[in-house]
Amino acid sequence: MAGSPYGPKADPGPPGLAPKLLAFCEELRSEGVAVGTSEILDAFAALEQIPWTAREDFREALATTIAKSQEDRRVFELLFERYFFRATEAEAISHQISEEETRHEGGERLDIDELREQIRKAILDGDDAAMRDLAQLAIAAFGRRAEGSGVVGVDVQRIRRTLGLSAGTQPPQQQGQDNAAEEPPPIDRDQLNRFERHLRRELERDLIERTETLPPSRPLAELDRTLPTNPTQDLAAVHRAVGQMKRRLATLGHEQRGRRAAQMVDVRRTMRASLETGGVPLRLRYRPKRPRRPEIYVLCDVSTSVTSASVFFLSVLHALHDSFRKLRSFVFIERISEVTEVFEHERDFAKVAQRISSEGGVADVSGYTDYGRVWLEFLTEISDDLDPRSTVIVLGDARTNGREPHAEVFAQVAERAGRLFWLNPEPKLYWNYGDSVMAAYERHCDGAFECWTTRHLENFVDVVAGGTPAAE
Amino acid sequence: MVDGSVTEVKDALAQVGYLADEPAALVSFLAQRLGKPVLVEGPAGVGKTELAKALSRATGRELVRLQCYEGLDESKAMYEWNYRKQLLRIQAGGDQGGWDGVQDDIFSEEFLLTRPLMKAISSPEPVVLLIDEIDKTDQEFEAMLLELLSDFQITIPELGQISATTMPIVVLTSNDSRELTEALKRRCLYLWLDYPEIEREMEIVRLHAPELSETLTRRLVEVIRMVRGLDLKKPPSIAESIDWARTLLLMGAEDIDQETFNQSMSIIVKHRTDIDLVAERVGVKLGAPTQAG
Repeated sequence: MAGSPYGPKADPGPPGLAPKLLAFCEELRSEGVAVGTSEILDAFAALEQIPWTAREDFREALATTIAKSQEDRRVFELLFERYFFRATEAEAISHQISEEETRHEGGERLDIDELREQIRKAILDGDDAAMRDLAQLAIAAFGRRAEGSGVVGVDVQRIRRTLGLSAGTQPPQQQGQDNAAEEPPPIDRDQLNRFERHLRRELERDLIERTETLPPSRPLAELDRTLPTNPTQDLAAVHRAVGQMKRRLATLGHEQRGRRAAQMVDVRRTMRASLETGGVPLRLRYRPKRPRRPEIYVLCDVSTSVTSASVFFLSVLHALHDSFRKLRSFVFIERISEVTEVFEHERDFAKVAQRISSEGGVADVSGYTDYGRVWLEFLTEISDDLDPRSTVIVLGDARTNGREPHAEVFAQVAERAGRLFWLNPEPKLYWNYGDSVMAAYERHCDGAFECWTTRHLENFVDVVAGGTPAAE
Repeated sequence: MVDGSVTEVKDALAQVGYLADEPAALVSFLAQRLGKPVLVEGPAGVGKTELAKALSRATGRELVRLQCYEGLDESKAMYEWNYRKQLLRIQAGGDQGGWDGVQDDIFSEEFLLTRPLMKAISSPEPVVLLIDEIDKTDQEFEAMLLELLSDFQITIPELGQISATTMPIVVLTSNDSRELTEALKRRCLYLWLDYPEIEREMEIVRLHAPELSETLTRRLVEVIRMVRGLDLKKPPSIAESIDWARTLLLMGAEDIDQETFNQSMSIIVKHRTDIDLVAERVGVKLGAPTQAG
């Protein structure tokens, strides 16, 4: 890392920055970031304008030209770290360079307390270079005491604890008290994370140097890719996917609003306009095309067979309600019950879930789903409102518990509604096994999808909005 | 400010009252150097529009602003033929040159009403062009912008191409309410502005409300961050932090306790449901009024 600021040279390919950058872009592409040739050209143009020795500027310049959305940016940051780290290490191995000798020197002389103070200071200053050096020292100090477990994640936490570093949560009032002079200022959570990253990185470097091999490069894990969120992360992810769906549907409407496609002459307005030209209809007037207003009916199974999934489904429902105004939602087990109002009045997800379970009144006797009856009830209750503009989405596992599936009634629903989608919380493999009658229903759907992660949900969104399904 | 380094750009922006963070300064710098438009995205009220204004002040260029809305079309954004004047010209007599003469005449620049985009292109002085809330328009409009953004020119069928004589700095802002097209994004530098970090927000607040004491500013920013952490319909923006700081000054508050907070909360939270939530979660934490200490 301390070597050439150009970054390392490519192993087999030509030397220099360009091939490295291209390989980096290639890696970004493989993670699904759309990097076009024009973006790459821009990146090179931008890099000419800034000194490549300034690491932050270098990264920002690349990011601003290559990563064109916040999600892309997130992937970019992760890959940037990883890619250039790996590239440097690969180079170091090939040149047999090791920091082994230099790195343990300082560790001998420092005692833990002094080290702790220095680290605290570096963290507070946000000084990356110092943090890196100190991380090395800390590792050296602990390595000497033979406390390393060999697992990077464990070691990071162990070192952090021994150094007594924790994110400060002291309220500011305490500063006025006597011990304020003694009490060091609290450390920001983010800044502490930054130091931990340095620690992790140095430990990894240590490992690579010892074994002289790079760990295999893996695609980013799903969890890493998503934006960091609060504890209700799943919920947030669902909201994100649904927000995306809303956006897609909104833009979809715009696309269809094109002027040429299938226009209807508005006779009345044409005649009116012809008055200007003495009754000769020189100019045709067209009927304005109304954008398709998504009118959505969602039916959600909340029976015990889908207990684990129903929280997920309810959160999907919850998110949908946030996004679409013309949405009616129903929950069902043996009977069906409309819960649109519950969602409209409660914003808090926990309360919604509670009210649905207490007031839904959907379980009759046994608590087992009765799909056939649900269709019958749905049809009698809603049939008049269904029209070709409406979309019906069913969330359920299609397990009828041996009861009559009434697929023909379902077919009627499908016929009346413009589109009908089925989201099944079970992997496709399990469909039609046991009491699942998915096949009977699937025939009538415009699309049936397995849906047990937000990834699947996004996939569904893609298909609904007319895009190509994302790779699994 | 035209030349120089990233730091100089940052300083120049700071001098006109805009404290840019590193990425914002770098992108502003690159925008001037590369002559590429900047697409700024981020939540409402983090200073996206303000960045463009600050750029205009720092560079001494005029700011040409196009506020986007649904249904905005080229006659409002680019140019329009001055129909009445054309009619008058025809009626005023055309003994010179017959039809060809008249046609050449009425489709000349004299009869052109310039709208913001055209104004930015045709201005003899370099300008800063701000296209605000581009996500409010429809995709057709975006497509129309492409020629302008990549080549800085506008094609008028009757006149031909009008190219920019001077290179404008173009800033587009978006609240991310709609996914912009790839084509548009490809032509722009991308900048994501987020709520600033605690130190920077303190600086910003103190810049606009210098009389507020350091400790109170810190406290204010911390509370604001706490409020932003909640799931609100509309989290408080930087502008609202500043407003709140000024309100506190007017109230002569010395500390933010529960009482002060409840009195002035409506400055930062502007939704009824949000107010309930904030009062419940944040107000309580602040504790009862304490005697100075």
